[in-house]
Amino acid sequence: MNLKELYQEIILDHGKNPRNLGKFENFNKDAKGHNPLCGDKVHLFLKLDENKKVNDISFEGEGCAISMASASIMTDLIKGKNENEVKEIIEKFLDMIKEKDDINTNLLKDDEKIKLMSLGGVKNYPMRVKCATLSWHALSSALNDFQKEISTE
Amino acid sequence: MNIDNIKKEFPIFNNKIQNNDLVYLDSANSSQKPLVVVDRIYDFYTKEFSNVGRSVHYLAVAATNLYENTRVAVQKYINAKDKNEIVFTKGATEAINLVANTFGQKYLKDGDEVLLTELEHHSNYVPWHYLRKTKKVKITFAEIDEFGDISLESIEKKITNKTKIIALTHLSNVTGAILPIKEIIELAHSKGIPVLVDGCQSAPHMKMDMQDLDCDFYAISCHKMYGPTGLGVLYAKKKWLEDLPPYQGGGGMINEVKKNDISYGELPNKFEAGTMATAQVIAFNESINFLNKIGIENIVKHEDELLKYGEEVLRKNNSVKLIGNPKNKGAVLSFTIDGIHPHDIATILDEDGVAIRAGHHCCQILHDKLGLTASARASLGVYNSKHDLDKLNESINNCKKIFNK
Repeated sequence: MNLKELYQEIILDHGKNPRNLGKFENFNKDAKGHNPLCGDKVHLFLKLDENKKVNDISFEGEGCAISMASASIMTDLIKGKNENEVKEIIEKFLDMIKEKDDINTNLLKDDEKIKLMSLGGVKNYPMRVKCATLSWHALSSALNDFQKEISTE
Repeated sequence: MNIDNIKKEFPIFNNKIQNNDLVYLDSANSSQKPLVVVDRIYDFYTKEFSNVGRSVHYLAVAATNLYENTRVAVQKYINAKDKNEIVFTKGATEAINLVANTFGQKYLKDGDEVLLTELEHHSNYVPWHYLRKTKKVKITFAEIDEFGDISLESIEKKITNKTKIIALTHLSNVTGAILPIKEIIELAHSKGIPVLVDGCQSAPHMKMDMQDLDCDFYAISCHKMYGPTGLGVLYAKKKWLEDLPPYQGGGGMINEVKKNDISYGELPNKFEAGTMATAQVIAFNESINFLNKIGIENIVKHEDELLKYGEEVLRKNNSVKLIGNPKNKGAVLSFTIDGIHPHDIATILDEDGVAIRAGHHCCQILHDKLGLTASARASLGVYNSKHDLDKLNESINNCKKIFNK
């Protein structure tokens, strides 16, 4: 993995034009994430229906291309999934970012996995892993109703 | 020692860093080390090691002398009046904590004010913040102007009859502003207010003269002065060191210890509890020798030329925005690039061997004021050259290409 692979088109695209950006009304869960080292910030908004399915999700935030792309791709992929499915995807994504080469789950289609794996390049840039995982930790804390702002430090 | 080929004194530049020649532009964070400093640490541990100030055997006496020699070298380098005004600490951070803690304990009470500036590094804000909780002290901030500068007037405006101490940087690690410290100290003293100067960024780049500045406290970071990590210096006027209570208790700082009472040692031992960073102190003497051999006037001239060249090159580069344009500026080039986050800039520059820093540089108050969450910063040291700044610019262009800017 080299720099070109880290800053490949899909990351630059999502980084520059993040999907699901901006707060929406009637969210019923939210969580903030903050990386004190670089100042990256994300605020996630979720609407879970009575079956705990993600009806809608969006985020507000500021940060580098990696952190914005990660939040953008994440929010795209988990829309429509239920809480347990989301938790599994979070776990498998974090495994992939930290060590694994693949995302081992049947909950995502191949092209969706490829999108997520485009973020796997941060493995070689330990200081940047936090950028890729910030919104995922915030998602996890939103689902678990943690009140405290999560920090990747 | 000629500054133009000083790079050869630093072994790190003999190595390829990820197959690149290293372009090191992160000296405001920490400087590289000349071989003489590294060798001194090795020699001390292999040939001369002993703890200092305690045992009477040969090695202990020799090591104690070496340790105290550095104190005298520092005293001379910063032109302090007395060698006992030099206290070794684990860093400039600890030096500031020492003053905030002991001065706060003895002199600050409910409603008193500590005056800082918006330029301060977290290490000259957080230690004072504790006093908000313990002493209900109020912290006020002198405001920067549009150039990222602090003027004498901006300080004067914030001084009230509650202001009990002023703590401020000599040289900003973000905007590069060199503050009119001497005038500020004169003003403060005319109102009976002591001044602590955070000299982390100034000490490696400017002539130091404590007696001329007449400051009460001055904090120095040795690892930014081509010296070892884990070491700082607190300069304090003797009257303060005699007056303030000890900061930490332990061996080496006492006079007599009884079950019902303890008396403290003489200066400077009173503030040097426990076994100190002995090898680092001894090696720091070599850093001072090294700086003296080049000559501070030559360092100032060299870095000033580089700074002007760097500003010129970056100003010509479209979409690069320099942060701060203070009247007097030292060794720092902070910038942003439209549409590219500083962390992405730093990662891409790194691929070309160009080491810069990205983030808020421990100055969140300042970044908030500037409306930025982060910035990129190239900072200079004696070993840098115009070639390094050309490489920086080239690499910035590469970064823009990747982002289609």
